[in-house]
Amino acid sequence: MGILTSLKDWFGNDWGVHPDDRKRPAADAPVRVMPVPARLYLPLQQHLGAPARPVVRVGQRVKKGELLAAAQGAVSAPLHAPTSGTVAAVGEVTAPHPSGLALPAIIVDADGADEWGALAGSTDPFALAPDEIGRRVAAAGVVGLGGAAFPSAVKLAGAARAGVATLLINGSECEPYLSCDDRLMRDAAAGIVDGIRIMRHASGARRVLVGIEDNKPEALAAMAAAAAPFPEIAVRRVPARYPMGSEKQLIQTLTGIEVPADGRPADAGVIVHNVGTALAVRAAIRDGKPLISRLITVNGGCVAAPGNVEVRLGTLAAEVLAFAGGLKGDGLGLARRLVGGPMMGSEIPHWRVPVVKGTSGILALAADEVAAAGEGPCIRCAACVRACPVGLLPLEMAARIRNDALDAAAAIGLADCISCGCCAYVCPSHIPLVQYFQHAKGELAARERARLRGEATRKLATQRQQRLEREAREKAAAAARRKAERAAQQAAARADAGEPA
Amino acid sequence: MNPQLSSATAAPHAHGGGSVARAMLHVQLALLPATLHGFWLYGWPSFFLWLLTILACVGWEALALRLAGAPRPAAVLRDGSAVLTGWLLALTLPPWAPWWVAVIGGFIAIVVAKQVFGGLGQNVFNPAMVARVALLVSFPLPLTQWVAPLAAPAPGFVDSLQRFLGGAPVPDALTSATLLGHAKTELSRGADLAQALAGPAAPTLSWLGERAGSFGEAGALLLFAGGLYLLAVGVIRWHAPLGVLAGLALPAAIAHAVDPARYLDAASHLLSGAAILGAFFIATDYVTSPATPAGRLVFGVGVGLLSWIIRSWGGYPEGMAFAVLLMNGLTPVIDRLLRPRILGRDRRGRPRDVPAGELRR
Repeated sequence: MGILTSLKDWFGNDWGVHPDDRKRPAADAPVRVMPVPARLYLPLQQHLGAPARPVVRVGQRVKKGELLAAAQGAVSAPLHAPTSGTVAAVGEVTAPHPSGLALPAIIVDADGADEWGALAGSTDPFALAPDEIGRRVAAAGVVGLGGAAFPSAVKLAGAARAGVATLLINGSECEPYLSCDDRLMRDAAAGIVDGIRIMRHASGARRVLVGIEDNKPEALAAMAAAAAPFPEIAVRRVPARYPMGSEKQLIQTLTGIEVPADGRPADAGVIVHNVGTALAVRAAIRDGKPLISRLITVNGGCVAAPGNVEVRLGTLAAEVLAFAGGLKGDGLGLARRLVGGPMMGSEIPHWRVPVVKGTSGILALAADEVAAAGEGPCIRCAACVRACPVGLLPLEMAARIRNDALDAAAAIGLADCISCGCCAYVCPSHIPLVQYFQHAKGELAARERARLRGEATRKLATQRQQRLEREAREKAAAAARRKAERAAQQAAARADAGEPA
Repeated sequence: MNPQLSSATAAPHAHGGGSVARAMLHVQLALLPATLHGFWLYGWPSFFLWLLTILACVGWEALALRLAGAPRPAAVLRDGSAVLTGWLLALTLPPWAPWWVAVIGGFIAIVVAKQVFGGLGQNVFNPAMVARVALLVSFPLPLTQWVAPLAAPAPGFVDSLQRFLGGAPVPDALTSATLLGHAKTELSRGADLAQALAGPAAPTLSWLGERAGSFGEAGALLLFAGGLYLLAVGVIRWHAPLGVLAGLALPAAIAHAVDPARYLDAASHLLSGAAILGAFFIATDYVTSPATPAGRLVFGVGVGLLSWIIRSWGGYPEGMAFAVLLMNGLTPVIDRLLRPRILGRDRRGRPRDVPAGELRR
């Protein structure tokens, strides 16, 4: 940490935390490419937005890269066969999520040939229209590989529409333990820079800033060398500080721009893409290859041989671990299974969950690596206030939530919480603050839904009431009219009969 | 509470390793040099007082937890907060105070000021300061008997224990006025402070602390070193201490420059009474001070300023404890008024506008 950072910490500009860096030695180990397993499990929803819609039949033979499920709706992404083989079933697989719920998935049996289908790449991407690049990126099923898994083409199109000036490339990788982005930048810097140039062309951004944390000197050097021929791309070193990889924090650090609380980065003239995404965009445009594999970090105190592994989507975590040498002592010391990093990742119920597009790591943590102490009372030390990257008062929000005053918690910024976990990480009383906030957000959302539903119901009831009244009125009017007509006819009849009026 | 909140699966899965007990331990370490110095200055009676005040606080805490039916009393006792309260209280007492002062002080601090509010983290006022003030107004005589440091002949272990438990008052021959107390008395007699402090009977202001005062008062410089240690290890931050010192020293320096006959100089204020102890160990109390850096600065300035006002014009020679309690009462208001600005919002909580131009193609 530099002197300037220390001074900033001393005088207040000190959001975030400095978790123990456990990236090495995994980060320094060469990448291993895992062979295709016999069976792949591909959830239909591997991205934010609507799940993909299957377009294959059970028993159908597919080539590597062939479409298995099409995007559905404005924010969605298609799914492709990670290898050649047969569609074994359209069934279910355990979600890589704490719930352990079943997810609809396409199951593919590999034939071992691993044979590509027809690929249509482009030798000169810069001759393509930005729209066309967006279409091809969308068709390749590329989503943000930093973890959020937002469909990349949607972001590029939005940027082109909004007219952003700056494209930020996120190479900060602030989660401890994870090093897949670090490894990519070291090994494939030229490819990433090529992908960045294609994304710049597609988004229409003028300048590109690549932010890399200062705990990755090799990646910084490799990226700076690869970007040197292109003056529009600047590689910047940012302080290693979690959550630097969070979009709004990275934007503020690199550009000084503060994204409005109710806005998205594009509203402030910026879009952010991950380095892995840049490489996937390049593969999609240059080679016409869809996203069918990714680099993931296998790490944690219980892992026999930590490192980064190139894995086909749909491979079970159990098989990845076995390939990486298995668990130490047959997993006897295992305290927690995670996908993603320890700060924002998810605990999973067992290892039989598939690798999806957003999976950045598989962690097997030993007891001494996880937070385990019991919850104590809040002593108002305000460590959480200091750590919060958004400027919230976690202790105050938690106190209000504890008293079930959810609206009062919302009034002091609950909705601005990004769930990064800094507050809970520093809390000396081990209060699970993130859990409090997730609970309160969920509860408030449910209330809002109930309110809207109630309003809709009330509106329907009122409309029905009005309709019934109108019908009754019309009926009465019709009856009266008929009566009058009848009376008139009778009178006329009587008049015809010559009766006296 | 909702059962969802107690499931153990939520992120973050890592923890920084801090704990309440560790913070308390750091504070106790920081107090140790000044405390040992106090033992050396005031002998066995001061050691007995220190020990019994801590034991009384822990004992009262254990009893209160038991009566309240607390779920994990042992874990709460181990957090070190009761020990720290007793330690801080002892440092503010006259070093030869009798045993019952320690016991009653512990009761007021732990039962009245802390557990009645709901225990650790729930109390509005600093327990040690509540006890100090309650003792002072209830038992003014034993609470203002200041023994001269390095008293000769120094009482032995057995003699000291008898005196401590028997509650015998300090012999007149051994007592001495504190600087602040002497100044107050002289002023109330209408004397010129510049002359009164120059006289042969005037108490000295010693940087190394060989002067009469409360147990911790003499070790001001050692407490200052302890405070720097706490800053270095990150247990406290600079806002509250600097606020207290500035809030006390600035008005003192100005007033002394204008009228030295009526106002003590800044150095005397900083080195006397509980100024340093208050700045680094009391005003930084997590529970009873504001949560934001700006709030802590305001809180500290308030404590320092009120101390100076009470010392200069109030009825008591020493005002730190009163000032802390007054500002403790204001803490919720300060917290309400000085919230941090949320990223992407202005100070009033509305979303910020994006600067135009530049950002667009």
